[in-house]
Amino acid sequence: MTLAPTRAIGAPVDRIEGAEKVAGEAVYAYEHDVEGAVYAAIVTSTVAKGTIRDIDSTKALAAPGILAVLTHENAGEVRGDGELAILQSPRVSYRGQIVGAVIAETLEAARQGERLVRIDYDVEQHDVVLRADHPGLYKPDKVNPSFPTDSDEGDVDRALASAAVTVDETYTTPTEHNNAMEPHATIAIWENGGLTMYDSNQGAFRASQTIADALGLPHESVRVISHHVGGGFGSKGLPRPHAVLAALAARLVDRPVKVAVTRQQMFTLTGYRTPTIQRVRLAAEADGALTAIAHDVAEQTSTISEFAEQTAVVTRMMYAAPNRRTSHRVVALNVPTPSWMRAPGECPGMFALESAMDELAAACNVDPIELRIRNEPEIDPESGNRFSTRNLVACLREGADRFGWSERGAPGSRRDGRWLVGLGVAASTYPARRAPSTAYARAEPDGTYTIRITAADIGTGARTVLTQIAADALEVPLESVRVEIGDSEFGQAMLAGGSMGTSSWGTAVVRVCRELRSGKDEAHVDTSQGAEAEEPLSKHAFGAQFVEVRVNVDTCEIRVPRVLGVFACGRIINPKTARSQFLGGMTMGVSMALFEETAIDPAIGGFVTQDLATYHVPVNADIEDIEATWIDEVDLHVNPMGSKGIGEIGIVGTAAAVANAVFNATGVRVRDLPIRPDRLIGRL
Amino acid sequence: MAEHANVALTINGELHELTVDTRTSLLDLLREHLGLRGAKKGCDHGQCGACTVLIDGRRANSCLALAVAHDGAQIVTVEGLAESGSLHPLQAAFIERDAFQCGYCTPGQLCSAVGMLDEAAAGWPSYVSRDLDAPRLDAHEIRERMSGNVCRCGAYPNIVAAIEDVA
Repeated sequence: MTLAPTRAIGAPVDRIEGAEKVAGEAVYAYEHDVEGAVYAAIVTSTVAKGTIRDIDSTKALAAPGILAVLTHENAGEVRGDGELAILQSPRVSYRGQIVGAVIAETLEAARQGERLVRIDYDVEQHDVVLRADHPGLYKPDKVNPSFPTDSDEGDVDRALASAAVTVDETYTTPTEHNNAMEPHATIAIWENGGLTMYDSNQGAFRASQTIADALGLPHESVRVISHHVGGGFGSKGLPRPHAVLAALAARLVDRPVKVAVTRQQMFTLTGYRTPTIQRVRLAAEADGALTAIAHDVAEQTSTISEFAEQTAVVTRMMYAAPNRRTSHRVVALNVPTPSWMRAPGECPGMFALESAMDELAAACNVDPIELRIRNEPEIDPESGNRFSTRNLVACLREGADRFGWSERGAPGSRRDGRWLVGLGVAASTYPARRAPSTAYARAEPDGTYTIRITAADIGTGARTVLTQIAADALEVPLESVRVEIGDSEFGQAMLAGGSMGTSSWGTAVVRVCRELRSGKDEAHVDTSQGAEAEEPLSKHAFGAQFVEVRVNVDTCEIRVPRVLGVFACGRIINPKTARSQFLGGMTMGVSMALFEETAIDPAIGGFVTQDLATYHVPVNADIEDIEATWIDEVDLHVNPMGSKGIGEIGIVGTAAAVANAVFNATGVRVRDLPIRPDRLIGRL
Repeated sequence: MAEHANVALTINGELHELTVDTRTSLLDLLREHLGLRGAKKGCDHGQCGACTVLIDGRRANSCLALAVAHDGAQIVTVEGLAESGSLHPLQAAFIERDAFQCGYCTPGQLCSAVGMLDEAAAGWPSYVSRDLDAPRLDAHEIRERMSGNVCRCGAYPNIVAAIEDVA
């Protein structure tokens, strides 16, 4: 099933909701006008482990405008046992966990009331720090979402023992927080036993089902509406606990309730990227041909539920080596449960692998690009399947040309006044998957078409690219198509995650449009039905990031004057919004390399970086010349558009490219992110 | 705790005489009481710039401004940038340059850019100005002067391009 000809696809179409967004008219979750709505302020725990002995709400309830205080004593039942099962017992599992809420007529009263609730705890000794020798590390049954925990092919130990060249290093990445600009927010409205929620999430259908399950309601009784979403980066993939809180609070006071997580509370209530400790061992011939790869990861989860990130899974398919081993171990600490953050698994995993490859290139005295080309696999080393398309080498060569890779000198050899200058490269990859989705389409009497699908546009441009796809599938102009998204009533659809949105929704849109073209006035499709048998193929996007850094010899300040990403991601549906996606991913990668780090204080047992003054994300002045381009590729094995997902691959590889450039500039290898100036001081 | 006071604010050219809780920030007044949701709450601590509006012609974080402290002020929000139904040139340039993704920081970026262009036109130098008397507004200057507005989607190069188109 192919989509041809393409007219709207491939055109740099402006965002369909652009005018609304620049006018301030796009309505985000918290901004819906709901008559009679009141406000909830979340109360969180101040200890990391223990039991609530007493909650004294007297002062709060006596303050003007306070309607109620929600606690585990009056919350009512929430089913399940994960982060959503809030207020079910006096137990505290991490610092910053929801222990109550104050509901009031005004936002000011709710926030004041939150400070007047007094909670006494029986405190227990907490354990919050991940370390490689933690006695609690264990082997989970699988890693996310369902990969084998370990892999072992050939004889890694023997290959390491007999290799001409080896690398054996440990890389660490810190706790990182998504920090979307729009804080997570929900308005909950009960009506006739049913629940309507305006909620900021990456998948309204999945959210509606999950909330219904948590509250013990029939699935059809919960409707979730999410027209505009102010970023997510994984943190809004599944409903967060405040959404359950909004529903409980609204039921308690019998009024619609608005709740927005504060920026500070986002650090404990909305997920984060687990810290990782990764040992990578490479064995190679003198010319750099890999004979063994081993990648062993330690990471954390919480005592509430297991989240085992698939950090080393990417290493299983990346390079050819006859002997390969990966492992994942997790430890359950008194911390919030980690969650998805842009390219969970691939992003931290490729920081380690691509740093190690750079170290191997230096050890073999082989150019880092040539090293990767020498280790390019013919087939997926893990599955033995052919790749549907794999154009990593083309990305590396194209990027080398455009970036001026030949100017790269020996480590520490280029200097411009008080600045050391260096270039670095890293490869990137991300799976190209899709999942079943439903879609509805209708031919209107005026000759236009309406498409409804529970897609989410969290800034990706989904609304725009789906309109382009529908226009081509119907062979009509863009203006004749109206795509409606972000409402669970439109039915089951994949959430905006795993770079699967456009592939999954686009496939459904193409099929439903085909139904209309066969003469129907209205149609409904479900892509879980009628799938054709396919050859088993390994499907991935690939890319290469090139980075120039300047390191000040006096202050060790690191600047990034140039970044270039070259990607092989199938057909690019909208070059304008796609470029923005790639640039945004790489910007977050530069940020991961240099800035982002959530510190946990072992004494208080909680995060101490809890706002945007202490958790550093890049500002405009940090990002200079950054560009993305792509090579011609169409992969019709992935979806009828020939496209691959592009939301995550931009961040994968970028941090390693920065670290590799810092090595080239200074001769100093930093294996612990972020590369703060203090990690270079005294070493230049 | 809850005390109230009267204030008169001119918002996007319209006079509002209001009785407000003295704890209410200008941002919450706009969003929760006046239905002007363009200014966004990203951090409520003056660290992200999503709430940027123009107060008496100067850009300011409305989350850090108590409404009662601005009696008599002239406020312009993103809703007030368009004139007679057509987009402000910066708004049009933001669309053309794809200077946003999720759009949540955009109203603040736009108000900040309007204020910043006025500051530059008035000859105000910045930290990176080579010539303190007559700074030239190039990309380097724009990046520096727009660094009070965080965009987590990473639209910075496009924001700079859009502002350069208009500057």
